[in-house]
Amino acid sequence: MSPDGYVDTRSQFRPEDHPNDHFLLTTVVGSYPKPKWLNRAKELAEDDDRDFDDANLEEALDDAARLITDEHVRSGLDVVVDGEMRRNEMVEYFADRIDGYEFNGPVKVWGHNYFDKPSVADEVRYDEPWLVDEFEFTTGVTDRPVKVPITGPYTLASWSFNEHYDDEAELAYELADLVNEEINALVAAGARYIQIDEPALATTPDDHAIVGECLEHIADGVPEDVRLGLHVCYGDYSRIYPEILDMPVHEYDLELANGEYDQLDVFTQPSFDKDLALGVVDVHTADVESVESIKQNITKGLEIVPPERLTVSPDCGVKLLPREAAYRKMENMVQAAREVEAELDAGEVDVGYAGE
Amino acid sequence: MTEVLATTPGLYPLPDWAKDELSDLKGHQKDDLVSGGEGEAVTETYGDVRGELLEWQIEAGLDRLVEGQSRWDDMLAHPLSVHENVETRGIVRYYDNNNFYREPVVHGDLSATGDVSAELRAADASQAILPGPYSLFSLATDEHYGDEAAFLDAIAEFLAAEAEAFPPVETLFLLEPSLVVDPPADGEDERASEAIDTVAAAVDSDVVVHTYWGSIPEKPYAHLMDADVEAIGFDFVSDHDGSVYNIQEYGTKDDIALGVVDGQNTRVERPEEIAERIEWVDDQVPAQTFETVYATPNTELFYLPTNRTKDKLGALAAGSEEVSL
Repeated sequence: MSPDGYVDTRSQFRPEDHPNDHFLLTTVVGSYPKPKWLNRAKELAEDDDRDFDDANLEEALDDAARLITDEHVRSGLDVVVDGEMRRNEMVEYFADRIDGYEFNGPVKVWGHNYFDKPSVADEVRYDEPWLVDEFEFTTGVTDRPVKVPITGPYTLASWSFNEHYDDEAELAYELADLVNEEINALVAAGARYIQIDEPALATTPDDHAIVGECLEHIADGVPEDVRLGLHVCYGDYSRIYPEILDMPVHEYDLELANGEYDQLDVFTQPSFDKDLALGVVDVHTADVESVESIKQNITKGLEIVPPERLTVSPDCGVKLLPREAAYRKMENMVQAAREVEAELDAGEVDVGYAGE
Repeated sequence: MTEVLATTPGLYPLPDWAKDELSDLKGHQKDDLVSGGEGEAVTETYGDVRGELLEWQIEAGLDRLVEGQSRWDDMLAHPLSVHENVETRGIVRYYDNNNFYREPVVHGDLSATGDVSAELRAADASQAILPGPYSLFSLATDEHYGDEAAFLDAIAEFLAAEAEAFPPVETLFLLEPSLVVDPPADGEDERASEAIDTVAAAVDSDVVVHTYWGSIPEKPYAHLMDADVEAIGFDFVSDHDGSVYNIQEYGTKDDIALGVVDGQNTRVERPEEIAERIEWVDDQVPAQTFETVYATPNTELFYLPTNRTKDKLGALAAGSEEVSL
């Protein structure tokens, strides 16, 4: 820990053969478009008339996870994920594995888009590992460090029907203890980079204290060298900043490209004293940003944090993009980061902290 | 003698078969949603849905039957979404929910479309549902009328013209969650109440202004009491203290609607629990005897899965029967 309380959990992810002195950590938020054949395989597995069983589906999921991990590696990312190939949806996947949850059927999100919103009908309990198999498989198919995104307890609570607990906060704290248990299992399996996804905070930003308390539960007993991140997107950040800086995480992963950095100023006062994972490509447009425009986006981050605290990432999960666009966005993002690093090495960048 | 009538604020979830069938027929993108010009297959499917939703209500034993509003892809913004002078733009959040609707942007005069009355005619419903004028005004964007007061007036006139074309119904529920969630400021509160008057004057039915997601702040509530309607509806699921406070401090109409079943939680209330809640409210206002109590879910019903929706309708009807006032 440095005198100002900053803990460096980041340099462990710097590749040995990194080409530049400066290092902007490149990674993704998590989800990635599923190959079409995987969706077809799921349909086959559900069809009793077909000779395609769960073991076949498992093999298809392994193939998809290997393929997308490779795609991440090929794009040059420093830290990769498997694109969440095994997860059907960010709440359903976890609810399916937690005792106390049940499913009653789909509910509307908008138009004809539905979500199998689960109900908490009883006390929630940790039953089986959620992500350890996924993590072990992914680390088995690549030498790159692997990040594990986990849907946060506040989102798991908010996006469920709560039939059992007195209020949503109580449910969220109980779920936070289960997330903590899962993280301990992941750490035992070798995980060093864990990201808590809390998109529900955007709907109800005044609940940031509940999210903070959840993170206290989550971080309890987690070794100091394990990097914990928090991902938030599509909200009014002025309502959660600077309060979020007090949360026990090392990195905040924020969507900002979609809003063309109109909320960047929020983070200048008081100064951002943790690591920033800056969204530099928009996941809501299939237009692939040029390397040049991504470089400009990256330098926006240098107005908030110095280069050694900047992570470069897409705004959010890229699962709704065409796969080709998702790949090219990552590729351009990595190239842009490497070019900015070289320019930083050469003293050619004088934006914000880089100019000091 | 108080009559307790079991009813709902409408906007039912689609039966699961219709979720699949309509998404196959219409598609998943925002341009695929209902805009008033559906083709034959879609129209026929909605006809089947309408029949099934009425069956749910009849089987449960509800006292007022609604059409179900299964076509309202944009929820309370629907009456504008189907208007030719309204453009539906990007997807925006529907109140504080994880639900979204297409932002309706008004760029021309709002005249009646007859859309909602056609639905009512097809359903033989005894209760009509419309967004309250203030809520519809809050959900919409104006690029035509120029100032807020004129826009609210225009929305009220538009809803009044829609309502005027209704077939005879017993009751009209005007859903006004924005009076709670995004309450009108000084001056605007009086206009919101006048806008409700405009719509209420267009029908012979009893008019209930139903509010939810909390209780209305005092001043807008006081103005709402000036509106010439038969009942105000209160959310006794999310804020019973605030609701009772308004009733005790400012009184309420001779009829009342009580949101006593949670429209956003799958836990099914027991009939006796529902009856107790209604009796509890009555106990809090000993000075008042209600002519009619509408027992209802607090919110629209589309937030729920279909199995629990039906269970709740049954519990509501049974609970209303058990009430002794």
